[in-house]
Amino acid sequence: MPAVTAEQVEARVIETLASFGPDAEDITRSSTFEELDIDSLDLVELAQIVEDEYGVVLKGEDMKELRTVGDAIDLIVSRAG
Amino acid sequence: MKRRVVVTGMGAVTPLGVGARLLHERWAAGVCGIADRAGRCADFEPSDHLSVKEVRRLDRFAQFALVAAAEAIAQAGWEEELPYDALRVGCVIATGIGGQETVEAQLDVLRERGPRMVSPLGIPQYMPNAAAAAVSMKHRLQGQTYGVVSACSGGAHALGSALRMIQCGDADAAVAGGTEATLTPFAFASFDAMQALSPTGISRPFDARRDGFVMGEGAGVLVLEEAEAAARRGATVLGELVGYGSTADAYHLTAPRPGGEPAARAIEFALRDAGLTAEQIDYVNAHGTSTQLNDAAETVALKTALGEERARQIPVSSTKSAIGHLLGAAGAVEAVATIETLRTGVIPPTLGYEVPDPELDLDFVPGEARPLAVGNGRRPAAISNSFAFGGHNVTLVLSAPERPEPGP
Repeated sequence: MPAVTAEQVEARVIETLASFGPDAEDITRSSTFEELDIDSLDLVELAQIVEDEYGVVLKGEDMKELRTVGDAIDLIVSRAG
Repeated sequence: MKRRVVVTGMGAVTPLGVGARLLHERWAAGVCGIADRAGRCADFEPSDHLSVKEVRRLDRFAQFALVAAAEAIAQAGWEEELPYDALRVGCVIATGIGGQETVEAQLDVLRERGPRMVSPLGIPQYMPNAAAAAVSMKHRLQGQTYGVVSACSGGAHALGSALRMIQCGDADAAVAGGTEATLTPFAFASFDAMQALSPTGISRPFDARRDGFVMGEGAGVLVLEEAEAAARRGATVLGELVGYGSTADAYHLTAPRPGGEPAARAIEFALRDAGLTAEQIDYVNAHGTSTQLNDAAETVALKTALGEERARQIPVSSTKSAIGHLLGAAGAVEAVATIETLRTGVIPPTLGYEVPDPELDLDFVPGEARPLAVGNGRRPAAISNSFAFGGHNVTLVLSAPERPEPGP
């Protein structure tokens, strides 16, 4: 698998979250999923996309700990590395 | 004394457009919304009405319901604030099938990409109660909320359930209706396999040449309120749901009982519930599917319930001639059309009805719309029938709004 950069993951995560409803410009690393109105069902979809693209498997217990967009990006990058 | 239940808002998404008034106006003008063997809501663009999140998380059948409900709720004047305790407002939305587009799309995902890629939004999108849940959440309705499943009678059962909920005092108001979005390859193949659909793609109920129904999609939603409460808040009353009757054929999975006896009983029960006689009914909005069996059985049932002579006098027309058969939405959409007919005094015709079937000898309002004739300043009333695969029969009795005082 080609190396994945943090910037690539960040761009992909933000693009995906924006397709779920919130405006892309409102999504930053520090945005919480709560304020973006992203719920657990959305996060499972995000995990499926991440698995499909980066081969990173995120389980329910991994996702439960995520509070901000940055948390999700960091987790994906660390697993992909 | 039963609590009375009035209609204070109506919404519809149909092949004739987005809007309850459009449905009646265009049908009365002779416009047919059927093309290429289907009654598609071609004018419906989800993002015109719904947020990105709503579009993404709702199957088409729930999207229709949400848009129809928003129209009804706006008309009732409930947009800013519910006029009742939210726990006393019910929500009952029927569907025949549920989120069929989602089922088919997710089955493709399962087969092509494996079970791990099936969407977590699958079940919440295709569950048959998804529309009721969506309407309840959007408008914060917290009374009894559920879906009704009785195939092509669902919309009418939903209204009957909501009527009883209010009459019994379990709720002061309810948002009720039906929705359907099954114009999918699998649904067409399934109905075609039953030879239920018209091979010519023409919906001409009661005509001698009728050869099956034309599948349509859409939703109808009504706001119902307890009459005194509606009057206290100064609501504009569009009509009244005065009677409900429902029976089952207990005969065959798909064919109506030939003599239409249980269907006739549903009509009789509804009239009794309304405290009206056949003489006081001015219009019949028929189930009229354009299948050989339904239209024959319904004609017999109307004669049995209303009496042959009276049945021949009452104009009978079928909304399905203009929009096709909206399955679980049909009963609700047709209730909307019936209220509009009573309110405006314009009876839309059975479109395409040209060649009478000698066995089906009622006044099916051929050709063009005609004025509703009502005797002696009586309040106009109508019945709306819904019959379904599974043998479910429902009749609603609807009436025009009560005039506050006799005119000069």
